[in-house]
Amino acid sequence: MKKKELIPGLILIAALLVLLRYLELHISPQSQWAMLLTVLKKGSIYALVAVSMNLLNGFTGLFSLGQAGFMMIGAYTYAVLTIPAEQREMVYMYYEGGIIRFALPSIVGIILAGVVAAVFAFLIGLPVLRLKSDYLAIATLGFAEIMRALFQWDTLGPLTNGSNMLRSYPTFKTILYPFIVSGVCIALIVMLINSTYGRAFKAIRDDEIAAEAMGINLAHHKRIAFTVSSFFAGISGALLAMFQTNVQAKSFNSAMTYEILLIVVIGGIGSVTGSVISSFLFIACSEWLLRFLDETHVIGDVTLPLMRSGFRKVVFSLIIMVIVLFFRQGIMGNREFSFTRLFSGRSKKSKGGKADE
Amino acid sequence: MSNDSVLRIDNVTMQFGGVIAVDNVTIDVNKGEIVSLIGPNGAGKTTAFNVITGVYAPTNGAVYFNDEKIIENYPQGKMRTMYKGENQGKYRQVLSPTPDRITKLGIARTFQNIRLFKSQTVFENVLIAQHLRRTSNLLSATLHLNGKEEAQMRKDARDLLHILELDDVADEMATSLPYGKQRRVEIARAMATKPSLLLLDEPAAGMNPQETDELTAFIGRIRDEFGLTIFMIEHHMDLVMEISDRIYVLDFGKMIASGLPEEIQSNRRVIEAYLGGAVDE
Ligand SMILES: Nc1ncnc2c1ncn2[C@@H]1O[C@H](COP(=O)(O)OP(=O)(O)OP(=O)(O)O)[C@@H](O)[C@H]1O
Ligand SMILES: [Mg+2]
Repeated sequence: MKKKELIPGLILIAALLVLLRYLELHISPQSQWAMLLTVLKKGSIYALVAVSMNLLNGFTGLFSLGQAGFMMIGAYTYAVLTIPAEQREMVYMYYEGGIIRFALPSIVGIILAGVVAAVFAFLIGLPVLRLKSDYLAIATLGFAEIMRALFQWDTLGPLTNGSNMLRSYPTFKTILYPFIVSGVCIALIVMLINSTYGRAFKAIRDDEIAAEAMGINLAHHKRIAFTVSSFFAGISGALLAMFQTNVQAKSFNSAMTYEILLIVVIGGIGSVTGSVISSFLFIACSEWLLRFLDETHVIGDVTLPLMRSGFRKVVFSLIIMVIVLFFRQGIMGNREFSFTRLFSGRSKKSKGGKADE
Repeated sequence: MSNDSVLRIDNVTMQFGGVIAVDNVTIDVNKGEIVSLIGPNGAGKTTAFNVITGVYAPTNGAVYFNDEKIIENYPQGKMRTMYKGENQGKYRQVLSPTPDRITKLGIARTFQNIRLFKSQTVFENVLIAQHLRRTSNLLSATLHLNGKEEAQMRKDARDLLHILELDDVADEMATSLPYGKQRRVEIARAMATKPSLLLLDEPAAGMNPQETDELTAFIGRIRDEFGLTIFMIEHHMDLVMEISDRIYVLDFGKMIASGLPEEIQSNRRVIEAYLGGAVDE
């Protein structure tokens, strides 16, 4: 089944990359379709962080809200380490060029972004992961907020540039870059989920007491899931920094975690493909399709009520409430999207049922 | 202590606040035996299992497995003044491994209120138990470089399901099965950890007479085929009397009798405890 999907899968990926490149070359920055490219780039980055959050919340059953914090750590690690030496005087102008005088290659910066986020996760994992669900959520959210404040602290300025922007670091030139990096990372997460460790995570999610009785060390496995999830959140943070071309700690606030959570919930807690699909949908809506909600509209001489800056957020909040109340499964539930299944028109479950008859 | 002792619960007391759920209980289980623990509802039977498997650290007492001390505790902190059990001061060190360590030592259990992994098939439920014998690390497992090990894990799980005659339901969702089958799947899952001592918490609960008969044969069979020692909590007296080598009886946390099935059947205190306390049977 896996092997059979491999060849069409590779062809599909190649076709997708060719299509993306084609779009990029043929959509002029002035056209109204330019927004599509932005949505695709940002969507691919959010897909990675959403899948990494899903690894924790959906597959290991750990309700953590630290994702924006780990993205910030990744974004800063990348920016701080890759700003070219000659630009540092200008970027760190309030801190005499900062304390770091070298610049690492972009790809090394991306990997270190993940590593540093993972190290932080490893360190706070020990005390925090002992907490039960809601307390864990509060603790991780708190951690993210503390980190955000810390990164803006003036004393750390020579390293983080305080509350000033970091910029002038290398960014990506083509849309293929975030797609390939995200794609590889998501593939690794999927492979982890399908490994014996992934099975242990799902066992913990389903029933901690039974999982422990099966010889699964809870503390150890929760820590692995937390660290790995943060590693990939860090990488997506680095990609986001590249996409935005500048970073500032204050943008990695709890509203951002909330957005990521929304994506995961809409896509289906426990579905990787759900998270990916809903990332693109969400970014398309928030950046593009629902922008009109934030604008003031006048028809004739009647100004439409409600439609003003911030209304979009209200609509999103309503969407999440509706989903939680009526469609707790999200788009995909905990199923995965699969072409073979789509075309054979039969779900795995009904096949299993048939064999039993 | 005899040299074929598998499990010894030594003066164990488990006190929750003011409630003494297990009161200074001593139990011995020897190699190859099927030993039953019976008693009215709330007698402390499941609590005893939870102490053996590391879910709770006992308030006082020790547990030995294959003559090796695996658990020991004494009243500490607030419990020092609250403790109402006996043998205080006899135990001094703290030895309280987590349940996964107990499983790795070779003690597996089932649960009174079935705890199967609900989003997984019967096969996957059994497959999870293979995780504790992995030799691959996170990286090699993620990159699927442990193909041999993975294939072996799957084969072991399939083989076990075959031996336990569960292959026909292998790909069904575990929790969609009838109650009796679920109990057997839970036993299979426990067996997949390759234990030498199996703890069964009311394996026949919710079963009809026919299923109970099948289970009786099943338990006897796995003991013989796998060379297991079985320690079992059960309310179905027919089952208990038929397959137990020895029986222990708890009432309000205290051991009120122990011995051969015939002895227990005619024991006055046991009959009183059951008539006075329980609505079962
Ligand atoms: N975690 C706990 N906290 C407080 N009290 C507990 C706890 N676990 C068990 N008890 C109490 O200990 C006593 C024994 O409970 P236990 O579950 O061991 O009984 P049991 O013999 O298994 O009964 P049953 O036949 O109903 O399963 C009960 O009074 C119960 O309320
Ligand atoms: Mg019980």
